[in-house]
Amino acid sequence: MDDLLREFVTETNESLDVVDVELVRFEQDPNNAKILGNIFRLVHTIKGTCGFLGLPRLEALAHAAETLMGKFRDGARATSEAVTLVLATIDRIKEILESLEREQREPEGSDDDLISDLKRMVERVVAPAAPQMTVGTLTSQVLERPLRPGEVSLDELERAFRETPVEPQTPKPSKPVPAETVEDETSRSANQSIRVPVDSLERLMTMVSELVLTRNQLLEIVRRHEESEFKGPLQRLSNVTAELQEGVMKTRMQPIGNAWQKFPRIVRDLSTELGKQIDLEMQGAETELDRQVLDLIKDPLTHMVRNSADHGLELPSERRAAGKSGRGRVRLSAYHEGGHIIIQIADDGRGLNTARIKAKAIAQGLVSEDDADKLTESQIHKFIFVPGFSTAAEVTSVSGRGVGMDVVRNNIDQIGGTIDVKSVAGQGVSFTLKIPLTLAIVAALIVEAGGDRFAIPQLSVVELVRARGGSEHRIERIKDTAVLRLRDKLLPLARLTTLLGTDTGADIKTDDGFIVVVQVGSQSFGVVVDAVFHTEEIVVKPMSSKLRHIPMFSGNTILGDGAVIMIIDPNGVARALGSTVTSQMAAAESLNMKPAVASEAATSLLVFRAGSAQLKAVPLSLITRLEEIDARKIELSNGRHMVQYRDQLMPLVTMDEGVRVKGEGAQPLLVFSDGSRSMALVVDEIVDIVEERLDIQVASENDGVLGSAIIKGQATEIIDVGHFLPLAFADWFRRKEQPVRAAPGSLLLIDDSPFFRNMLTPVLQAAGYQVTSVGSASEALALLKDGRTFDVAITDIEMPGMDGFQFAEAVRGDPRTAELPVIALSSMVSAEAVERGRVVGFHDYVAKFDRQGLIAALKEQTDIGHAA
Amino acid sequence: MTEKTNENLKEFVTATVGSQLFGLPILRVQDVFAPERLTRVPLASAEIAGVLNLRGRIVTLIDVRHRLGLGGRGDAGHSMAIGVEALGESYGLLVDSVGEVLKLDDAGREPNPVNLDPRIAAVSGGIFRLEGQLLVVIDVDRVLDLGTREIAA
Repeated sequence: MDDLLREFVTETNESLDVVDVELVRFEQDPNNAKILGNIFRLVHTIKGTCGFLGLPRLEALAHAAETLMGKFRDGARATSEAVTLVLATIDRIKEILESLEREQREPEGSDDDLISDLKRMVERVVAPAAPQMTVGTLTSQVLERPLRPGEVSLDELERAFRETPVEPQTPKPSKPVPAETVEDETSRSANQSIRVPVDSLERLMTMVSELVLTRNQLLEIVRRHEESEFKGPLQRLSNVTAELQEGVMKTRMQPIGNAWQKFPRIVRDLSTELGKQIDLEMQGAETELDRQVLDLIKDPLTHMVRNSADHGLELPSERRAAGKSGRGRVRLSAYHEGGHIIIQIADDGRGLNTARIKAKAIAQGLVSEDDADKLTESQIHKFIFVPGFSTAAEVTSVSGRGVGMDVVRNNIDQIGGTIDVKSVAGQGVSFTLKIPLTLAIVAALIVEAGGDRFAIPQLSVVELVRARGGSEHRIERIKDTAVLRLRDKLLPLARLTTLLGTDTGADIKTDDGFIVVVQVGSQSFGVVVDAVFHTEEIVVKPMSSKLRHIPMFSGNTILGDGAVIMIIDPNGVARALGSTVTSQMAAAESLNMKPAVASEAATSLLVFRAGSAQLKAVPLSLITRLEEIDARKIELSNGRHMVQYRDQLMPLVTMDEGVRVKGEGAQPLLVFSDGSRSMALVVDEIVDIVEERLDIQVASENDGVLGSAIIKGQATEIIDVGHFLPLAFADWFRRKEQPVRAAPGSLLLIDDSPFFRNMLTPVLQAAGYQVTSVGSASEALALLKDGRTFDVAITDIEMPGMDGFQFAEAVRGDPRTAELPVIALSSMVSAEAVERGRVVGFHDYVAKFDRQGLIAALKEQTDIGHAA
Repeated sequence: MTEKTNENLKEFVTATVGSQLFGLPILRVQDVFAPERLTRVPLASAEIAGVLNLRGRIVTLIDVRHRLGLGGRGDAGHSMAIGVEALGESYGLLVDSVGEVLKLDDAGREPNPVNLDPRIAAVSGGIFRLEGQLLVVIDVDRVLDLGTREIAA
């Protein structure tokens, strides 16, 4: 492109950005002649240059806009309508500039629509009363031909000359002081800066890195010679180099205000469009950060400011009704903290709609209803960041806040930043972003794996764990998947050499190693490496285009010793691990919740094979641990397979004849524990852990199998754990402290979910009860009316038709059954529900899946019954 | 000395890989260096020998032997690299040895024989008949074009 043209495009774009901002200021402060003068000057320059370069479309547009603004200067009132029109014109000019930059010529097209609008506006905004009397002889200056677009009539020009130096006849500007300082700052910085191509800066950066390396080598040499005359000068060189490096880094820095520049205009347009009055405050616009980072956060920030103005702030009438000022406020602020920049976007609007977010989280299965009740408000607010929480399709229907925040969070994650939200109902929302100042120099952990060194960005490293066989932290395996037990959490592990395909096979089975615990967004995992060296500030260099397709690396760098090493991309590793289950579970855990376990919601199931090729599954929540033991450790005692496990003998139970206990190699086991006792189910192979809605479609005749369900598209047998427990310990459900029942109680179980009925019945039977199970409260009442007697009733709470509370009331209401103890069994355990249960007369309230709690409650109730 | 001869004379940096002599147009050659502290890049395509630091720049080394399908590493002792640049990125072409610079009359350049190994033909910009041996002119851009070859293969 022609140099002249390129410079014109760059400069004009910058001028237009200023005009954008200034116009919005002018609209709010129409009497400020300084602002208007500034705008006028800029537009005039654009017009002039266009004429010079032969760009008729631009010239005509700029001219029409200038004419209208001339009227403002003459004292016409700057109506919002007129300003909108000028802004529209500026947008059109920008469009033309864009295509000018691409195609090096003005695009075809006509701007008559805008120009005629502008002309009409010029006629409408007649200057107030005092006619502008021109003094002098005008006749002699009349041109002999009609004016061409872009030309100014001579008398108008004359008038401009006469009037320009004179202050317009408008009242004194109300706040001239701040306006002047702004003006001064802009003009000063304009004079003191020069344009340097980014390439030159990058080259400079490269040279400085090289200088740093050379200095390091020199330092190394001098260190070996105690008394060297080079010592002094080298120290100075070292200091200068460090300063130089810092200086060059600074040239890449830009004020964050550059990213904010468009906001006044956006907010202004939104406020006109939505009929809201919005003040935009910006603090710390001069705070600097790397231009690369700046580019990356521009869009997320814009999105959030839009969100605040659009969804966060109420209409003026609503605001006044709520006792607030009619003008809403959006405040942006930025400041440095450590190696980060903190950016806050706050509004004084209605705050996040907690109830709506909660309802949506439940609807999306992110949390079960009873778990949701236990969450604090701020925990609920965090749901807006969960991937997929709001999608584009739903934007129109969701008028609560948080639209697209998951996307914002994702963008912030990518550059190693964090985002947090605070919301107070009726007082507003504030988002806080913590962004690294630069991506060019990052602190990285240098590790070794398979003989190669790699850098892992420190920002995503949470902690380091030394794993050793037999120690507190040891690597365990579910089939071939390695995991680490870390503070009650299972952390998925991956060996770096395996991820990179450089393992030799020898190290796979060793359980020694360093585990770098990495967090990417909501996902945590451990990367196993051979050695960890130190942390180093590395200069990130882009990878060669021949290597850029490798997702595991984000770049490469030159270390202090001159070697090139690859930088691991935690995002790439997370994708390679690629387990959505992990991230879902991690997301749930980060909110201090257990995965949802309601029957209607997804249940975590462990899928395995035992005895046949048929897939089998068991709810993961019932399993205490997954173990893989050395088959040689299995002993045969009294005809039963046993293994020494945690200083106790643990019986092994096979599912059926088909399952053989292995003679050698690793034997996978599912361990079930209850109090101090454990038993293990022998399986052939652990296949997977899946999240699925459990819907048993075909009931089973076989002992030990509840029925079949479709899991991940395959027919899978759901195992009845209750059947196997007594096989290990005949008294599994009757503990030593529990006297063997002389007269086993009879029990009425009411649950609409066949799964729970099927699972609990054998468990309760095994505990010595006679169980009658029904699928609804009305069936249960019918049985009671028929005169059937039970020692105790267990009922689900949430059921279609009559729910558990109503059932309990009905039971209490009938004198024949008033004494029947009723135990509520529910996934909905909240203080409120428990209280309501007490009122309607539940004897006890037990959480679903709390098998021990249920047995204990039953025992208590039936014992009371027997004693009575 | 006539102008005409000068125009036709082109200079080539010669290099050997295995027993074959290659020539690179001197205008494309930045420097010749002995690769040190090479870092291998896991998951990269097989032709990439690794990356190294050459005076502050990160250079990607292409193993010409592998690229041309000339078989495993010969134990030819020290290998050398010819530094070239393409689209602003630095590359090194790893060869067994680098020889002298030859001035050759471009008129003597012959097209590839039809039966030339397709992998060599893919990067060859013609053949010069020298005394005693043949010199294959390497087209630098085509050597660096790893992607297309993979699709073609």
